[in-house]
Amino acid sequence: MKRIICLTVMNRPGVLNRITNLFSKRNFNIESISVGLSEHEGMSRITCVVHVEDSGASEQITKQLNKQIDVIKVTDITDQSIVARELALIKVQAVPYTRNEIYSLIEPFRASVIDVSKDSMTVQITGESDKVEAFIDLIKPYGIKELARTGTTAFPRGTQRPSQQSKSYSIV
Amino acid sequence: MLQEAALTETKTETHPVTGADLLLKALEKENVEVIFGYPGGAVLPLYDKLYHSKILHVLPRHEQGGIHAAEGYARISGKPGVVIATSGPGATNIVTGLADAMMDSLPLIVFTGQVATGVIGSDAFQEADILGITTPITKYNYQVRSIEDIPRIVKEAFYIASTGRPGPVLIDIPKDIAAGIADQPEEEKEVNLPGYQPTLKPNYLQIRKLTEAVSRSKKPVILAGAGVLHGRASIELKDYAEQQQIPVIHTLLGLGGFPASHPLFIGMAGMHGCYAANMGLTECDLLINIGARFDDRLTGNLQHFAPHATVAHIDIDPAEIGKNVPTSIPIVADAKEALEQLILQDGKPPAHKEWMETILRWQEEYPYFYDKESGRLKPQKVMEMLHSKTEGNAIVVTDVGQHQMWAAQYYRFNKADRWVTSGGLGTMGFGFPASIGAQLADPEACVLAICGDGGFQMSTQELAIIQELNLPVKIIIFNNMALGMVRQWQEIFYESRFSHSKIPVQPSFVKLAEAYGIKGYVIQSEAEAEEVLDDVLHNREPVLIDFRVDPDENVYPMIAPGKGLHEMAGVKP
Repeated sequence: MKRIICLTVMNRPGVLNRITNLFSKRNFNIESISVGLSEHEGMSRITCVVHVEDSGASEQITKQLNKQIDVIKVTDITDQSIVARELALIKVQAVPYTRNEIYSLIEPFRASVIDVSKDSMTVQITGESDKVEAFIDLIKPYGIKELARTGTTAFPRGTQRPSQQSKSYSIV
Repeated sequence: MLQEAALTETKTETHPVTGADLLLKALEKENVEVIFGYPGGAVLPLYDKLYHSKILHVLPRHEQGGIHAAEGYARISGKPGVVIATSGPGATNIVTGLADAMMDSLPLIVFTGQVATGVIGSDAFQEADILGITTPITKYNYQVRSIEDIPRIVKEAFYIASTGRPGPVLIDIPKDIAAGIADQPEEEKEVNLPGYQPTLKPNYLQIRKLTEAVSRSKKPVILAGAGVLHGRASIELKDYAEQQQIPVIHTLLGLGGFPASHPLFIGMAGMHGCYAANMGLTECDLLINIGARFDDRLTGNLQHFAPHATVAHIDIDPAEIGKNVPTSIPIVADAKEALEQLILQDGKPPAHKEWMETILRWQEEYPYFYDKESGRLKPQKVMEMLHSKTEGNAIVVTDVGQHQMWAAQYYRFNKADRWVTSGGLGTMGFGFPASIGAQLADPEACVLAICGDGGFQMSTQELAIIQELNLPVKIIIFNNMALGMVRQWQEIFYESRFSHSKIPVQPSFVKLAEAYGIKGYVIQSEAEAEEVLDDVLHNREPVLIDFRVDPDENVYPMIAPGKGLHEMAGVKP
């Protein structure tokens, strides 16, 4: 099962190394990890997407992450109401007679073209991972020359819908 | 007066405060009594300051010996062991000790030298990325990047190492930082680590829940691990067990937390634990784990572990709860605080007369055994003699292997903090140097360094410390001319193909000891043992005794890997 885990960490040298080290030491699989500054000075936010066998394993990940001295807060937000986004840049082959076709795919996905050259164009798409994936599948037949994805970054919505069952793991 | 003031002023002018000064001052502030260290290029500025320091510096003959000695010191004194190693090879030589201390939760403060900040990353002479290497095997590690940070970092390091679940903390100090002049040392501040706040107080509701579960249970047991010792909670454990009349089982590392002579003590559980303890864990309906981590050598096959039990787990490390065994009553707390709360509850003791009778029957029917009529010198007999001749009061430090298991089985500990062994990592070569640290932590105690002939040869060079400090450590070698535990497994699981586990060609251990000015004996029979032990165990001199024990002896009972605790082999003669 896929879990999205959000971390607030002290912005210290080597902190990312500590986190990724922990994943490999404990034999957890990371699908993606994204890191950046947060709203607090001196603190960064890390969003990890991991694949685990069961809820026990995801509880173990959260607990092990929490044990890290540089980690301030860990939340498994998978079962909450969240906003999750990923950005992908795709350089796709585009000759004059396919260009229009590609444009017609871009539009419904609300992607945008950010660079065009003689024989290719670069498309930027943002959205949840599924959407990005679907778009990549559609555009693949035209020939993807380069692909870069940021990995998911996410946090809980301002208002939690009561219908969605939120399951939080107690640390204490 | 004026003159004196003027004098001190000129003094500070001519002796500016360096990073190394700040470091030593910080160590003095933490009341460090002994440092296990080995000098080298990158730590020269530090060693220059140590030249005038009052702190005892012990020079091992290999950095690994130094860090194991610090582990022994930490286990017995309860204070962090302090280690210094130089950069590069000095630092990589302490890696095994760090991993060992991490597994067995021993507090250490390890300083490593590092090449100057300007050349870090250039593959400079004796450079190693020790932060990268040790991140997974330390509780935390630092590289000092500014001289003024030293007091804060040392203070934090001691705090991290010795609170919560203890563990090793490494501080990497570039040479220019140690040698550099401090502008303005940072002002003394309280430790502020927002990401590190161990939970000490138990949750009241869970304490209630456990108290009720105890009252309802018919077959309760307590499994007490090293957390009881780290939390200095052995008195509370005894009080609680007596109040509720719950029988107690120990893990290997927990031995001594509960008196072995107590009627409620069942024994040690695990791969070579006693029948009653393993069956107690299998049959119980309530398992109260206090400060143990359900290690695989204890639980055996998890599928068959405590199948009928409600599991309660008291641990200071929340990540241990539910890691291996599903737990229905989790209590994150310091063992002492949790036990105090449980005692205060004064719940109704369980009605479990039958259970106690069953346990007693197991104990009577399936005790540890060995062939007493063989005419050979049996290692178990030697352990029994060591126990009776030291009246069970010695500090027993072991290496890893068969002799370790025999020590755990036959040296019945009645006091806490008398037992030092490498449990989690199972480090050969640990025992002898660790005994040196244990002796330094408790100079009056009789310290037995129990080693095999294999493990002792991994750290013989530390005989030099014994000689130098004239430490009265009693080095006991269980010599079976083999790596006994490996040989045993090859006999049982590999059809007696003893691949490279026998070491028939050996040095004379007695002559080796004599080379270091230490008296040595070879003992081949019980009668000889009787004669020599009386003499050497009660004087204040170091000694080495080479016991030529039966080379074919195996450790029983035994649970084969992959089997459950109820599938013990060798429970009866």
